[in-house]
Amino acid sequence: MLKEIRPAIILLLALTLITGLAYPLAITGIAGAVFPKQAAGSLIEKDGKVIGSALIGQEFKSDKYFHGRPSATTTADPNDAAKTVPAPYNAANSGGSNLGPTSKALNDRIKEDVDKLKAENPSMPIPVDLVTTSASGLDPDISPEAALFQVPRIAKARNMAEDQVRQLVADKTEGRFAGVLGEPRVNVLALNLALDAAAPK
Amino acid sequence: MTVIGWIQIILFCVIVVALVKPLGGYMTRVFAGERTLLSPVLRPVEAGLYWIGGVDENREQHWLTYTVGMLLFHVGGFLIIYALMRLQAFLPFNPAGQSAVAEDLSFNTAISFITNTNWQNYGGESTLSYLVQMLGLMHQNFLSAATGIALAVALIRGFARSSMRTIGNFWVDVTRATLYVLLPICVVAALFLVWQGMPQTLGPYVDATTLEGAKQTIAVGPVASQVAIKMLGTNGGGFFNANAAHPFENPTALSNLLQMLLIFILGAAMTNVFGRMVGNQRQGWAILTVMGVLFVAGVIITYWAEASGTSTLQALGLTGGNMEGKEVRFGIAASSLFAVVTTAASCGAVNAMHDSFTALGGMIPLINMQLGEIIVGGVGAGLYGMLLFVVLAIFVAGLMVGRTPEYVGKKIEAREVKMAMLAILVLPLMYLGWTAVAVVLPSAVASMANAGPHGFTEVLYAFTSATGNNGSAFAGLSGNTFFYNLTLACSMFVGRFFMIVPAMAMAGSLAGKKSIPPSAGTFPTTGGLFVGLVVGVILIIGGLTFFPALALGPIVEHLAMNGGALF
Repeated sequence: MLKEIRPAIILLLALTLITGLAYPLAITGIAGAVFPKQAAGSLIEKDGKVIGSALIGQEFKSDKYFHGRPSATTTADPNDAAKTVPAPYNAANSGGSNLGPTSKALNDRIKEDVDKLKAENPSMPIPVDLVTTSASGLDPDISPEAALFQVPRIAKARNMAEDQVRQLVADKTEGRFAGVLGEPRVNVLALNLALDAAAPK
Repeated sequence: MTVIGWIQIILFCVIVVALVKPLGGYMTRVFAGERTLLSPVLRPVEAGLYWIGGVDENREQHWLTYTVGMLLFHVGGFLIIYALMRLQAFLPFNPAGQSAVAEDLSFNTAISFITNTNWQNYGGESTLSYLVQMLGLMHQNFLSAATGIALAVALIRGFARSSMRTIGNFWVDVTRATLYVLLPICVVAALFLVWQGMPQTLGPYVDATTLEGAKQTIAVGPVASQVAIKMLGTNGGGFFNANAAHPFENPTALSNLLQMLLIFILGAAMTNVFGRMVGNQRQGWAILTVMGVLFVAGVIITYWAEASGTSTLQALGLTGGNMEGKEVRFGIAASSLFAVVTTAASCGAVNAMHDSFTALGGMIPLINMQLGEIIVGGVGAGLYGMLLFVVLAIFVAGLMVGRTPEYVGKKIEAREVKMAMLAILVLPLMYLGWTAVAVVLPSAVASMANAGPHGFTEVLYAFTSATGNNGSAFAGLSGNTFFYNLTLACSMFVGRFFMIVPAMAMAGSLAGKKSIPPSAGTFPTTGGLFVGLVVGVILIIGGLTFFPALALGPIVEHLAMNGGALF
């Protein structure tokens, strides 16, 4: 049995270096050379400054922008490090609400959001993704229905024709991969950038 | 439920089944020490490792030596992770300036990774340096998975051999599993994932100024290399807190499909390895069919429950299912499928928050884990877990007809059945026992995020996931407390090693027996009757063990939800 101690130490260290250091560093090198944009986090720059990542949702509150889904991410409370406070779209601390189907807090929050959206656009049924928080709190997408739902508000705030805004939504709608995988979606940041390009603030 | 949703699910199943045979053939050759396509590149590395490690690759081990080697290997792995976490502040590759991790959390995480659980009481991007993620966690992602494969191969040798004292060499098996099976697939998968948008950088977190002028710090890191092995090795520990729901950790529907395939392919292919090594591939297909029946039943229930949504959502006129805690790019179908896949295997990665699933939708992942994650299962672990149930089913069949039961040419006798029962019974002891303790301790109850039956389910899920070495969570539960760090670590340890050691003892005893040719009285183990019998035994044993606990959690919650009760 004592004979097993040498391989236990040496093989462990050697395999640890291969799988824990050589492998990730090699992948980092190759990825940086072949797919530099993705490897760095699909960052979007405007006037030389990073304005976000194409894959990471960000918070939009203004009436002039399409809003993403509610986000349940938090950050440490500046007054008490043991507690957390809500911080939507905190891309350094991802997470969901983790509230279950019979949670009063969850269902009250949903009801409140539903009432607000009903007031904003009474003419369309409310898409469920607009009133539910995503798993990561960083969902970059909304459903095409959720984008169309917001068109009247945007058009009014920007003084644009509704059809023009609707056309932008259609342009930015991505279908399923190969027509099969996933769900149709609209990247909110990409849509809002297109919106800014079409009708400067 | 939609047609396109079902097409996605069927597509996934078809690809898995198509990969079983080629991959099974390749792995069989690897563990028999035969030349493969990759030998010209990898053979020198392999030989070099044996040379520095002082391993004679032709010397085989008794089951006890094999097991001791495996345990020593894990002690070392534990020490590496624990030390790295405690010392991370002084070590390189720490651009976010993470400070030392607390003792109890380090202990929990180290146990969690050597047992292939990857329970996340830590929040990846907010707690760990890149060095800990790579050198600490990732190496165990590889090695705990390689260990699982090695153990399964050793158990299969027990069935396949006749009158032998040895079951293989642990060091050779674990090295071959790492070099020939895990690494090559991971290299290809990691690059594919980067192409799909997954970051792979050692650079610091990025500060962005959003369109509305707010500051957003975006965590990045060497994500893709870790995600590839996290899935392939059914480890499941996320680089980020939100795991495979994080857009960086699962950017597209295509990356999602690849990740689900990575979770399943090795476990599914192991059934073929089994068939080939015992000399009849149909034996492997029969086992895969048992797994398939249970899997498809789980997918149907979860998909139906999530697509139906909750009664409160319906009352508000919100159609489109339960999207709380799910991502738009995956939708209901791919999120439901992922949840069943990740708990059928012992992966534990999540692309949606299980805590926010409907009561019945969340119950299926729980049941999958309570059955012992034998539906495909963890790499290796799934197969040896399933073989324990097979032994039991064969034993029951033997009792019914009054003959000594045999399986693939081996007589199943008292010792095998005792070992199988020991392994199967120790699991509920952990998850039911600790859940019972937790729900009467006020400090443990305070960790629940949800009130009512859902809170109970959170605790039950945590201990079930830890015992099953799964690692997924009803993540609302604040597990990073002294009580949970220690008790969950205990569950993970017992769940892993108290299953492995009896399985290895069984391997040793089987290898020593003579193989007997099938006779007219042999119960055929490749047909529908056998499949039905095993499924029945699994469900009866499982049902008797955990149905009462489920009744207190998800079942009562479902009834409460339909009655309009909120907590």
